[in-house]
Amino acid sequence: MSVLLEGLREAGRLLITLDPEVLDITWRTLQISGTATFISVLIGVPVGTVVALARFTGRGLTVSFINFGMGLPPVVVGLMTWLLLTRYGPLGMFGLLYTPPAMIIAQAIIASPIVAGFSMAAIQAVNPKLRLQILSLGASRLQFLLLLLWEARLGILAAVMAGFGGVVSEVGASMMVGGNVRGLTRVLTTATVLEVSKGKFELATALSAILLMLSFAVTAILSALQQRRSRA
Amino acid sequence: MKTSVSQPRTSIASATPLIEARGLRLVHNGREILAIDRFALRRGEVTALIGPNGAGKTSLLLTLAALQTPTAGELLWNGRGYAESRLIELRRRMAVVFQEPLLLDTTVERNLAFPLRMRGLSRGDARRRVRHWLERFGIAHLANRGIRHLSGGEAQRTSLARAFALEPDALFLDEPFSALDFHTRKGLLQDLGPTLREMQAAVLFVTHDYSELPLLASTAAVLDAGRITACGPLEDVLACLPS
Repeated sequence: MSVLLEGLREAGRLLITLDPEVLDITWRTLQISGTATFISVLIGVPVGTVVALARFTGRGLTVSFINFGMGLPPVVVGLMTWLLLTRYGPLGMFGLLYTPPAMIIAQAIIASPIVAGFSMAAIQAVNPKLRLQILSLGASRLQFLLLLLWEARLGILAAVMAGFGGVVSEVGASMMVGGNVRGLTRVLTTATVLEVSKGKFELATALSAILLMLSFAVTAILSALQQRRSRA
Repeated sequence: MKTSVSQPRTSIASATPLIEARGLRLVHNGREILAIDRFALRRGEVTALIGPNGAGKTSLLLTLAALQTPTAGELLWNGRGYAESRLIELRRRMAVVFQEPLLLDTTVERNLAFPLRMRGLSRGDARRRVRHWLERFGIAHLANRGIRHLSGGEAQRTSLARAFALEPDALFLDEPFSALDFHTRKGLLQDLGPTLREMQAAVLFVTHDYSELPLLASTAAVLDAGRITACGPLEDVLACLPS
């Protein structure tokens, strides 16, 4: 209990004194996970929309893969990404291993199925008759999709929150492809693991508390957006 | 409910059908939903489509409204076929009101304005037209209200106002009053009758409630098991129905 209290006190101190290293790690966490979430939205929302609306051979298998992907173990994704990016891997020539882009790639792989799965469910939850009504209003294909996404926006925002939550909290993939390099790829989760391994439980608790606050702040903003629109 | 079949009447409105179906067949999962040799809708004519549950009324409405592709047959708009490339253009000349008010999750005003904007009206023209039809349906005071805060009657009035605001050449009404209470239904019917007559569109009105027919329709068609079994002036068709 004293470790927890001491950790919370330390978190407060680090934030109040604007500790440069902690601010740097927090900002990097937000950048990497935010970018990965953004990429996963660009991939996941269209994929989820197509799978929700289209009827094609192998659709059932695709749905199974998306649902399976929603629970991908980050450490497995990390390993696969590492094998892709390592010097002798197929993408080794880009020299991305142990850089923030490598972490973004791994996190985007983790978040994309989550966003796709939630988006698919959100689109499917829209009344099918409303789809007919939108078509009957004379919507073009693009207008139809935009209006459908508008109708599913609460679920889509939930998808974004779930995607961000999934990547900001993972450690396995980030550690494996980022390497926890100080000042370059160290993020709040990998820094926490490092401090625990060094036996600095108060600092680890402080970093965890900051991670929770960051995650809460982002989710709160998205939730406010979601609930404001639901009252329209 | 088999009665003698007559050809659709041509004397009330324009002689050339706005919409015509020839040899229409719709098969779904191996089951024949529609098998109609000929059916036509004319401008200025309100045609009631009646028949038992599962007769295919909604399927026929969706097919004529270019929202469902028939298995076989020919659909004509002013004598020209419903080509795939023209479907959006055709839908923009039609309007459909379903049994439940299917509104976009935004305000009443935007529900009317969106489709007008989609059809290329300027913001100002759309706003003027929206105002006019909101007043016409007695819901101008609800313009800025979100659709989640509407009663069933208000929502259906919004749905009808949206369809009328489009000033369509063809209007499809699929049991628009069936989910409403008696007083709301009566009020809407009183508003709708004169408006439909003024509009001069080709109207197909699906209903189960025969009491609504004289207030709105001039002609009627009976659909049974996917086939038109009677079609003609309303009084003649009603006289053929078993009491």
